[in-house]
Amino acid sequence: VSSLDVSPEARRPFSGRRVHVGDIVLQGAAALAALAATLLVVLIVREVVDGARPAIEKFGISFITDVVWNPVAGREAYGAGAFLFGTIITSFFALLLATPLALGIALFLTELSPGFIKTPVTALVETLAAVPSVLIGLWGILVLGPILRTHIEPWLHSVLGWLPFFGEPSSSGASVFTAIIVLTIMILPIVSSISRELFLGVPHELKEAALGLGTTRWEMVRGVMFPYARGGVAAALILGLGRAMGEAIAVTQVIGGGVHISWNLFDTGDTLGSKIASEYQGATSNLEVSSLIYLGLLLLLLSLITNIGAQWIVRQVNKKHGITRGGHA
Amino acid sequence: MSAAAAPPPPPRILEVPHGTRRRIVNKSMEGIAWLSAITAVGILGVVVWSIASKGWSELSLDLITKPPIPFSFTNAPQGLANAFAGTIVIVTLATLMAVPMGIMVALYLNEFARPSIRTSVGLMTDILAGVPAIVIGVFVYSLLVAGGGGQSGWKGAFALAILMLPFVTRTTVEVLALVPNSLREASLGLGVPRWRTTTSIVVPRAIGGILTGTVLAVARVAGETAPLLFTSSLVGNQVSWDPTHALQTVPVAIFELSESPDPKDHARAWAAGFVLLMFILAASLTARWLATRNARKIAGR
Repeated sequence: VSSLDVSPEARRPFSGRRVHVGDIVLQGAAALAALAATLLVVLIVREVVDGARPAIEKFGISFITDVVWNPVAGREAYGAGAFLFGTIITSFFALLLATPLALGIALFLTELSPGFIKTPVTALVETLAAVPSVLIGLWGILVLGPILRTHIEPWLHSVLGWLPFFGEPSSSGASVFTAIIVLTIMILPIVSSISRELFLGVPHELKEAALGLGTTRWEMVRGVMFPYARGGVAAALILGLGRAMGEAIAVTQVIGGGVHISWNLFDTGDTLGSKIASEYQGATSNLEVSSLIYLGLLLLLLSLITNIGAQWIVRQVNKKHGITRGGHA
Repeated sequence: MSAAAAPPPPPRILEVPHGTRRRIVNKSMEGIAWLSAITAVGILGVVVWSIASKGWSELSLDLITKPPIPFSFTNAPQGLANAFAGTIVIVTLATLMAVPMGIMVALYLNEFARPSIRTSVGLMTDILAGVPAIVIGVFVYSLLVAGGGGQSGWKGAFALAILMLPFVTRTTVEVLALVPNSLREASLGLGVPRWRTTTSIVVPRAIGGILTGTVLAVARVAGETAPLLFTSSLVGNQVSWDPTHALQTVPVAIFELSESPDPKDHARAWAAGFVLLMFILAASLTARWLATRNARKIAGR
């Protein structure tokens, strides 16, 4: 080895490997930005916990289930029970309504629709995804609410009144039911466009192989497309659920408010998000503000759980199929 | 020699016969898919159409030129000029905060980071994208407003910037990934340092896509209400461009007007909503046009 005659010149690393100041600056700045973006999530959790601390210390864990919201000075008592119930029931029913419709649209667009319908329908779905929630809420309270109150709710009550969900129709058009419909409309575009992408990602060979074996179109969908897209669709549904749980503005506009647990969907109610949004100017005492932030903390935890769950599923699916995109809200 | 091989038998057509259970199930499922598509499209169409038609009929120039008149029992023309001014200020500031930051994060993720770091930072931005807007509002309130100083346009813009950041980051990462590696390799191979390669070769190639992402992000946050309720909503009626004070915005104004019992307020809410929706749709269309124009350019084909 030592016998090699190499000049010191040639031993120097070539100039392309020299460390440049510009490299350090750009990479450092980019790394700093990435670090800041990552820390932002941590900071959000920390700050919300901090703001909620007085309420956490006062009410502890039972805040989560207590059905009370009394801001009268001297008798102050707060709990999230009613709002947690409202959040779960509205997002659950919205998902229940949106799932078959969204899958129906996605299947229609990928398998059934003639070309000339495909483009306008896709454009319409994307347009709806772009409508701000405050506008859907405006439509919900001024157009949808009155229709539901005078036509749909009495009809459902007379036909399905034996179920606890369809009790006496609401008096004003603002109800949990209206909130459910509004949320359904809001998550429909997200779930259907992600599902459509997933269905489009099913390899043609698989579909053709199934059809070539003599299956009907539905048997092909059930036997090939659903199993292939299952994980991604599950993730899309969880993302939709997260969106429904986190929506505050449109729900505030149509749900009517109230601190009670009622299985009657035509009753008024509140969700975590709508309670926070509707009290933005009304909170007077520090304890009430802190309790509102506590509601925000619960909402944050719910959304973190659903999001991480969805991300996890997307990553599992991508690993399995090598799909580049699982979609996102 | 035997005669030429017999021609193969004609292929049996694998059509499922009429009237069988399988065929009926198939037809009914197809019918259900059609029906749900028609239902959904009907609902979506009604929503978009009713916002458009109600808004159009209430539209007037007063909306953007005249401020609102508080507690008015007169029919004097009033508008939401203060809200439009505030939205312009706050969204501009939010864009100035979020876009450079988002581009830097994306550069780090796509150009510098090791795969493991890339995955975890990417996961964090995805999680950030999933935090409900109202929680972002509560966060900024707790961080900046409650401690002192109260509400301001800056704080509202900061809250919107947090919503924009993951969006800008994701679209920029997607565009950077489209820039062919051969370009980077050619530049590095010529001895151009990494930072020059990134700023002079990669970013200019991707700039159209980054612009598309920015326009889409602006369209997305221009209609956001929740983050502004706690950070920039306690406002007067005069037109102001000063972000050190709380500024009225179009979404917050629509939110407040929608809760009013007065039909005149509803009319203004529809009109403002129509203008907002038109802006958002125009921005989305512009973004799509930019995207198709740039897709080929980025890939160098």
